[in-house]
Amino acid sequence: MSSKAVRTGAHFMSGDEACAEGGMAAGCSFFAGYPITPATEVAERMSIRLPQVGGVYIQMEDEIASMAAIIGASCAGAKAMTSTSGPGFSLMMENIGLAAMLEVPCVVVNIQRGGPSTGLPTLVGQQDVMQCRWGSHGDYEVIALSPDSPQEAFELTIEAFNLSEKYRTPVVLLSDEVVGHMTEKVIIPDSKKIKTVSRKLPKKKPENFIPYAHEEDDVPPMAIAGEGYHVHATGLTHDELGYPAINADAQERLVQRLIRKIRNHVEEIIRTEDAFLDDAEIILVSYGCSARAAREVVETARADGMKIGMIRLITVWPFCERKISELAALERVKKFVVCEINAGQIAYEVERCAGGKAETILAGFMGGRIFTPEELYRVVREAAE
Amino acid sequence: MKTTKETTKIVGKKQVRLAGFGGQGIVLAGMILGKAAALHENVNAVMTQSFGPEARGGACSADVVISDARINYPRVTLPDVLVIMSEEAARTYGNSAAENAIVLINENLVKTLPDREDLKLFYIPATSIAEKLGRVMVANIVMLGFIASKAGVVGYESMKQAVLASIPAGTEELNTAAFEAGYAHGR
Repeated sequence: MSSKAVRTGAHFMSGDEACAEGGMAAGCSFFAGYPITPATEVAERMSIRLPQVGGVYIQMEDEIASMAAIIGASCAGAKAMTSTSGPGFSLMMENIGLAAMLEVPCVVVNIQRGGPSTGLPTLVGQQDVMQCRWGSHGDYEVIALSPDSPQEAFELTIEAFNLSEKYRTPVVLLSDEVVGHMTEKVIIPDSKKIKTVSRKLPKKKPENFIPYAHEEDDVPPMAIAGEGYHVHATGLTHDELGYPAINADAQERLVQRLIRKIRNHVEEIIRTEDAFLDDAEIILVSYGCSARAAREVVETARADGMKIGMIRLITVWPFCERKISELAALERVKKFVVCEINAGQIAYEVERCAGGKAETILAGFMGGRIFTPEELYRVVREAAE
Repeated sequence: MKTTKETTKIVGKKQVRLAGFGGQGIVLAGMILGKAAALHENVNAVMTQSFGPEARGGACSADVVISDARINYPRVTLPDVLVIMSEEAARTYGNSAAENAIVLINENLVKTLPDREDLKLFYIPATSIAEKLGRVMVANIVMLGFIASKAGVVGYESMKQAVLASIPAGTEELNTAAFEAGYAHGR
């Protein structure tokens, strides 16, 4: 069944528009953002779609305020999102840390363009991968998903909301200009077939409620502002009651839990698309738009008789450490070729996890365009020699 | 490939590049062509676009890859069909097409012709046809009609439905006339 929020049917839609439709299907009712190429179409579509379901679209004065606004909306019970690109993502960093510290579910869409700084407004890059992981100060874990098509942009935006609600954490939809501005068929299923997750709510009465009490899965239930629960929200290290506790014990308990609640569930969170790993000697690792060139190379190289395989990171963060380590430990796996549109970011993760047991080669392209399959195949052929 | 008024089920992969300047509706034309293939002929299609920071007047192109199989690489590498809407586009892309490619040329604005004997060139005064219909703006729709009749990538019905699904309400008559005029020119 189609509904106002879920536009069931076949569409010819851009990756950016598909992000917005994914948000709608996930139950997003609040969007705050500031327009920026190549992410503007996400905001544009949300500005049309949210009022149709009684939701709120607000254009803020900048990305710092946009991030603050979605944190506030989420604390008040809304599923909330924003979208941006490199320069705006930099501005959001401080408040992404606040969302991690306050454990506020929210979704940040980053349609990556070439940087640093203002860089290439209309052209592609994949240079924000490490910023996404480490960009805000302090220790925290992050979840980031990377679509390689408009269809997947739709699906992963829903997934981003579900993970953020389940783990009470900000989730980044880490897309790129090529996927964002690419238009393809997107099939939106019946609204009843779309799985959505909502945060745990308190079972206790307000007078007995402890905001950050211990829970089996390390994810405390979240009280909604205005429903009678007293919650003190602070970016300072806090105790289980939510009050500042500026000491080593509180830091240990809180920050270790923030990290644990993601790390203990990596096997449930991490998704990859694997091809030909059964006999591969060379394994391509890629994500986002780069994976589409990589897949073409794998098909060509296989036809040429090369024992090549491929891992596409659907979940970029947390990184699929175990998979890389296990493959690297196999005698037959000689090399990983990491292709990405940057000077080497995921390549370092692969190298770390391979632990010297297989060689890691970077096929790094500077951006401004998606590299051709021929360019990548040249690197792969050199690696095979 | 034979083009009839029936749908044209594509076999294999075809790469189409539409090139002109900002304001000619190049990206919209690419959208409509992709939509005709993806939604009305039920094959795979991906449209990507390339443009500069200018709102109008800058070089602009739309790439559409159409295939009966999964499309990996989204951009056009060697166009099987090249649609040239402006002189600058002719100079930039005129000789970039694949061997034996079909090249559709807006003869009102293009002076520099590709100098390759293998290419199959077809001409249409898309701009003046659009002007006669009252709006130069619909030159892109005239060209889509011409594509439907000459390029063998999507059929008449699919393209027409995609045009009608993509234009503002109230402009159906004008756009249908533009589409039919382009199609008739190619017959």
